[in-house]
Amino acid sequence: MYNEKVMEAFKNPKNVGEIENASGVGTVGNASCGDIMQISLKIENDIILDAKFKTFGCAAAIATSSTATDMIIGMTVDEALQVTNKKVVECLGGLPSQKIHCSVLAEEAIKKAIEDYKSKQAK
Amino acid sequence: MEKKAIYFDHAATTPVCQEALQKMIPYFTDVFGNPNSQHAFGRESAKAVDEARDEIASIINAKPSEVYFTSGGTESDNWALRGIAHAHKDKGNHIVISPIEHAAMLVTAKALEKEGFKIDYMKVDSQGFVDLQHLKSIVGEGTILVGCMMANNEVGTIEPIKEIAEIAHSVGAYCFTDAVQAAGVLKLDVKELGVDLMSMSSHKIYGPKGVGALYVRNGVKIGSILTGGHQERMKRGGTTNVPAIVGFGEAFKIANRDLDKNFEYVSSLRDHFIDRVLNEVPFVKLNGPRQNRLPANADFSFEFIEGESILFSLDLAGICVSSGSACSSGSLEPSHVLLALGLEEALAHGSIRFSFGKHNTMEEVDYAVETIKSAVQRLRDMSPLFKAQGDIKYV
Repeated sequence: MYNEKVMEAFKNPKNVGEIENASGVGTVGNASCGDIMQISLKIENDIILDAKFKTFGCAAAIATSSTATDMIIGMTVDEALQVTNKKVVECLGGLPSQKIHCSVLAEEAIKKAIEDYKSKQAK
Repeated sequence: MEKKAIYFDHAATTPVCQEALQKMIPYFTDVFGNPNSQHAFGRESAKAVDEARDEIASIINAKPSEVYFTSGGTESDNWALRGIAHAHKDKGNHIVISPIEHAAMLVTAKALEKEGFKIDYMKVDSQGFVDLQHLKSIVGEGTILVGCMMANNEVGTIEPIKEIAEIAHSVGAYCFTDAVQAAGVLKLDVKELGVDLMSMSSHKIYGPKGVGALYVRNGVKIGSILTGGHQERMKRGGTTNVPAIVGFGEAFKIANRDLDKNFEYVSSLRDHFIDRVLNEVPFVKLNGPRQNRLPANADFSFEFIEGESILFSLDLAGICVSSGSACSSGSLEPSHVLLALGLEEALAHGSIRFSFGKHNTMEEVDYAVETIKSAVQRLRDMSPLFKAQGDIKYV
């Protein structure tokens, strides 16, 4: 059901973990749905220097977490906000239709982490 | 141990045994007649079907005329439920089933509900056993059918079917049991159990796929769901699947012959596995009972991680298992069985079913335990839920 890219990302995910004193953290999903994704970001001068994830979920959720965090490292905050779930899916070479929600979670987690960063900046 | 594929998913399906395969082969080519034809070719096929029917009937202590061949468990369940409902709706519209039935029952019951039947669900306890007192309290005059599986496919619980049948009969209802996981694994005697209808399947017991049977006690009126042919004594249309039926009969015979031996061997693998996992993996819950459980079944919920990711982690290590969890089955709902047993949703999402078979070895079981330990640790290290638990040291 999964292509090789997805399985590879699940098998050897990048950016697992949490950033200490993160610039922003976003957690989305809930246990009852079977998916929780947490993305933490290290941002300096509006550039994402590092991104890490922790995910409770299926193989697709772990693969999209890995890919999405990988995509946004080095991007500006504004560029990262343009990363849609569709782009994450493309980067993985496709996902089964019932797994698309995992990529939506990844997009939402990034947005939430950036929101968190922005709200901290505003203070 | 060298990495090779290890199959721990026998509750999903089994390989066809050599005896059944060899017996089937001539019926694809040389003995190809339609058993409904009256000529020599037809008669020879009909004889083979009769022999399979006799074999199965004798094992379950039924008459051959009470055994109807179907395309498998799903058809048998559909037929029992719809066939009884439609044939007895003048008597009542109330049907009681368990909440942990196979989807073949649950979805069919929902369809009957739309037709105007009233469906109630008997309660089960935290190990999956039917609450007989509750069942007694919900059956009544208008109840036409009480349906409960003999043994649960996910958590292995063996239900008190004899008592359930007595309760059904006390209000004049029929008792149906889905014995797809139990037939050929447990000794089943329809007279002793007192059931009126019973589903059986071939491919769970080393027979071919696409064939099963429904036992219908003589005298029980049942409607048809496949109309249009004279097959199966006018009850089930469709050209008889002779090779599959021959294979089913042989597989059932072998399963019954080796029943005690298989039970003992497979239980020993299973018990060793359960003991090791409970002792060596922290934050794990065995779903279902230790006693009165299908010999092949072990079902665990691993806290803080999700079932499908466990399934694929084990698959990468060559271990093939099944997950009751949402994602792997294509829906977003956690296992209805585990929810009925009262598990919280996160735990229900983290379940894995291991079902052992007669060809598995203790070495495979031990390899699986070691693999589970590392796979579970890897996934927990990725889980945001596990963090909150502090520093847990794995043994």
